[in-house]
Amino acid sequence: MVVAEMPMPVVELLNKALVGELTVIDRDGRFRTDPLIPLWDGRYILMTSSILFSRKLEDIKQNPKVSLSLSDPIGVPAQPFSRATIQGDARVIDDDLHQGWYRVLPLWEAKEPIIKTLLTPMQKLGLPLFWERAIIEILPKRVFWWPDGDTTREPQITDMRGAVR
Amino acid sequence: MKLGDALARLPGFSHAVLIVPDEQGYPLSVATSFRVVDGSVEVTPASTGPSVVRDTIDARLVVSHIRPYPGVGYDQRRYIELSGALAVGGPAWRFDPKAARGWDEQDLSFPELCQRALPQARRYLAALSTERGREVKPQMSAGWRFFLATRLPFLTATIVPVFLGLAAAAYDRHFSLGLAALTLMGALAVHLGLNVANDIFDTMSGVDDVNFTPTKYSGGSRVIQYGLVTLRQMMGLAAVFYAVAVIVGLVLVVISGLGLLWLGVAGVLISYFYTAPPLRLVHRGLGEVCVALGFGPIMVLGTYFVQTGHYALRPLILSIPVAILVMLILYANEVPDRFADARAGKRTLVVRLSPAAVIRGYVAAAVVAYLVVVVGVVVGILPWPTLISLLTVPLAYQTWKGLTAHYDSPYQLMSYLGKNVNLHLYTGLLLIVGVLLGILVRR
Repeated sequence: MVVAEMPMPVVELLNKALVGELTVIDRDGRFRTDPLIPLWDGRYILMTSSILFSRKLEDIKQNPKVSLSLSDPIGVPAQPFSRATIQGDARVIDDDLHQGWYRVLPLWEAKEPIIKTLLTPMQKLGLPLFWERAIIEILPKRVFWWPDGDTTREPQITDMRGAVR
Repeated sequence: MKLGDALARLPGFSHAVLIVPDEQGYPLSVATSFRVVDGSVEVTPASTGPSVVRDTIDARLVVSHIRPYPGVGYDQRRYIELSGALAVGGPAWRFDPKAARGWDEQDLSFPELCQRALPQARRYLAALSTERGREVKPQMSAGWRFFLATRLPFLTATIVPVFLGLAAAAYDRHFSLGLAALTLMGALAVHLGLNVANDIFDTMSGVDDVNFTPTKYSGGSRVIQYGLVTLRQMMGLAAVFYAVAVIVGLVLVVISGLGLLWLGVAGVLISYFYTAPPLRLVHRGLGEVCVALGFGPIMVLGTYFVQTGHYALRPLILSIPVAILVMLILYANEVPDRFADARAGKRTLVVRLSPAAVIRGYVAAAVVAYLVVVVGVVVGILPWPTLISLLTVPLAYQTWKGLTAHYDSPYQLMSYLGKNVNLHLYTGLLLIVGVLLGILVRR
């Protein structure tokens, strides 16, 4: 089965986004949204979360259905500006909280260069649990794209529901 | 976050993200504009194609903001999530918020947010441990855990008075390298024991658990709170340090004479009962005096006694500025800790006094520290080169300015707490240099 690819303008948004609003579903079926840095590796949207802020990780383990909104013209400085929402199935990778997330570090550093300076042993002493982190890996299933950011207009929708891990 | 507060802040955001359930059970989020009208929010209808937005009692409206900081990352993080009912239809949809949560880093600093999130991290690790059938703990090398648990950098508070005592003894023509090394080892062991015991008893009394604004100069090492070291391990560590201190102390008493015993016993007891029950000296507003005595006269005079076999006025006078300045380290460090200390019944001087009185107290103590040096030189007890220690007056001034300006901002205060630590270190080192120069001048 041929699965549609992530539209290039949305790839551009993902590559530029310093923040996106990730919505997960908690154990009571209610939504919970947190701002996070989205990273795009060409197949998955990746995020990393400290165990300090691990409610979303617990929620994703209960229900993998998530939605990511890229909506802020300041936090998503892509030109020309547009907006997107990506629904997908997320999984939590937390088998190595201490080192596992380092694989997303190059993508993270590209957006938040100061991170590199905070990773020295002395710096990490200040907040050691902040550096115990899981990866959230989102397989995109459906993408809504509003070309000029105007969400009163019909979005272009890319169906990626055939995508499998 | 209170709903009213959240609604009042909403107009400060450029747009919102509306989140509703879609037909397949996914959250569907879409950006929209909005305005607050009489406690509810009017939302501009948004198009989501075939996934039509419907009325729901469980929608979310989220606003968020960051300020990009090129080459660094971003700052000014804030967001609000409102939960409530959405009614669609008409020229504007109506969102009736029922509850709000959120964070603004200008109201609650990120480090404090992290400290408040510790219980969540512990829950996650506990769940992961159950899931995997083995304990999952945060990782840190044994060396760094030791560094953190013992608060090694603070050992300057011991090194300075011991070297000052050695310098005073050398001024009086007494110096034994072997005894100096033993003295330093014993003094460091007492200090390390104190640091570890302090964490143990602050954890047991709950002080460290309710302190959400620790800095690298205050709030303890937090290794127990972070799950890096267990309470039992810390107890073992404290026992080892105190055992070393007692053994070294007894050896020194045997070598130097019984006159040292009482000073040594006082030092160990003050160190232990600083936070330990039943005395818990720091809870009674005596912490500052204990620290001043322990890291001032007791260490300087004790070191001097080991070298010379007697006590003298000069090392006592030399110990006073160092005692005052080490006391001021504790005193200033108590400023960011004062709310947690008060909640846990730790009635430090800073908890007991008003901010203005605390700052006046700081200035008065610093002035006395320098006056002791000046008067000591004028009356001929201290060699005149010890006046070199007055070079640190600007550092005391800067610390005072910082305390005054940032009394209520723990993280802005941090750099001034660092200056305050340096004030003790540099003044102590300059006093040592002054005494040693005095030997040269005398010859």
